[in-house]
Amino acid sequence: MKHNLILRVISKFMIPLIFLFALYVQFHGDFGPGGGFQAGVIFSAGIILYALVFGTELAQKIIPPRVLHFLASLGVLIYAGTGVASLILGGKYLEYGVLGSNQVAGQHLGILVIELGVGITVMSVMLIIFFTFAERGRPE
Amino acid sequence: MIESIVDIVLLALLVIHAIAIIYLRNLFAVIMLFSSFSFISAGLFVVMDAVDVAFTEAAVGAGISTVLMLGTIALTYSRGDNKQEKLPAHKPWLPLIVVILTGGMLIYGTSDIPAFGDPLAPAQQHVAPYYLEQSLPDTGVPNVVTAVLASYRGFDTLGEVTVIFTAGVAVLLLIGGRRRTKTETRAGDDRET
Amino acid sequence: MELIIGHYNYWLVIIIMMAGFYTVISQGNLIKKIAGLNVFQVSVFMLYISIGNVKDGAAPIIEPTVELYSNPLPHVLILTAIVVGVATTALGLALVVRIKEAYGTIEEDDIHNQDHSL
Repeated sequence: MKHNLILRVISKFMIPLIFLFALYVQFHGDFGPGGGFQAGVIFSAGIILYALVFGTELAQKIIPPRVLHFLASLGVLIYAGTGVASLILGGKYLEYGVLGSNQVAGQHLGILVIELGVGITVMSVMLIIFFTFAERGRPE
Repeated sequence: MIESIVDIVLLALLVIHAIAIIYLRNLFAVIMLFSSFSFISAGLFVVMDAVDVAFTEAAVGAGISTVLMLGTIALTYSRGDNKQEKLPAHKPWLPLIVVILTGGMLIYGTSDIPAFGDPLAPAQQHVAPYYLEQSLPDTGVPNVVTAVLASYRGFDTLGEVTVIFTAGVAVLLLIGGRRRTKTETRAGDDRET
Repeated sequence: MELIIGHYNYWLVIIIMMAGFYTVISQGNLIKKIAGLNVFQVSVFMLYISIGNVKDGAAPIIEPTVELYSNPLPHVLILTAIVVGVATTALGLALVVRIKEAYGTIEEDDIHNQDHSL
């Protein structure tokens, strides 16, 4: 599809905007609709658009599958690790209140960190699934 | 008044989509109708004040699910094939009877539910007012859905992230390798191994 | 009449649910079955969100000027359900790809005949 001029120009214009919107949705999930899941899916949609227009080989040069496997586990570990951090600091598992200077600051920090973990995992898993489907049909 | 009209119009469109998905035989058209169904249902969620759910449904249903289904047709039908479903071999009387019976029982059962939009319904009474009042003082986060999802019901969200991770691992295990060439994938060979 | 005005929402959602259910149990093509399964899932979500809706309420984001909010609890549960639904759909489609490679077809009747003609 990269020979189609309109697709190339428009996608090069839209993809950075899609990433920016994904970051906005991730970090403003506290004050408006949004959060980790939506941001992860939108971010992966940007990369899927790039892969559809320019080919999966170029897309896999940007994010190699090994990095995706690492990021998928990293997100789950961030989430579980926040719980363990609360245990170490004296509270119960996933009790965010002990992470900050007072109860409310700790809760806010905890919510931000786990939404980040959720966003990273969802983004990498959606991309893993898409690349797996795309690679299966390609002959050796 | 306007909200009810928008509600009915969107629901009627969705019913037409669902019935068309049953009748059409061209698979590409079925997938496109499914994507449009997902998108219109996201609009319906916004009319019912569920903005987070609408966001997720639009992104996931009209985005990821559609792309994966198109990828599946690309992998299962080769270039020259007519992407049509076969004509059905049996008459559909038994499924039709089962569906009508189940639908009738469900409609009879839902006549006990309080009216749509009633603020005094039991569903709005016990836990929800607590969350609505206490989430801002407890967590400092104005979006109640994020506060409940991440803080009050954080264990459920941990399980959900694990489910998504497991799905990724399972897809990798199922179709992770390169496809074997056409001469090797005959039905008898695969079932012996 | 009161019954219809208060419940038309649920009845239309049940019609969509039954259309999806019919697609799952009677159509032969595997991809159409998965599309029907997704239609069924989305209609169940609509049923839950309709239960949580409050007339003249606002979206559950705390603002100083709003008094009546919609119920946030069904939104949380359905958010999780949507994500789990996409995981199941992805797995189902991966299985369809493997079935095609093993049997050569994705029509249910042909697969059944191939299994029985051994």
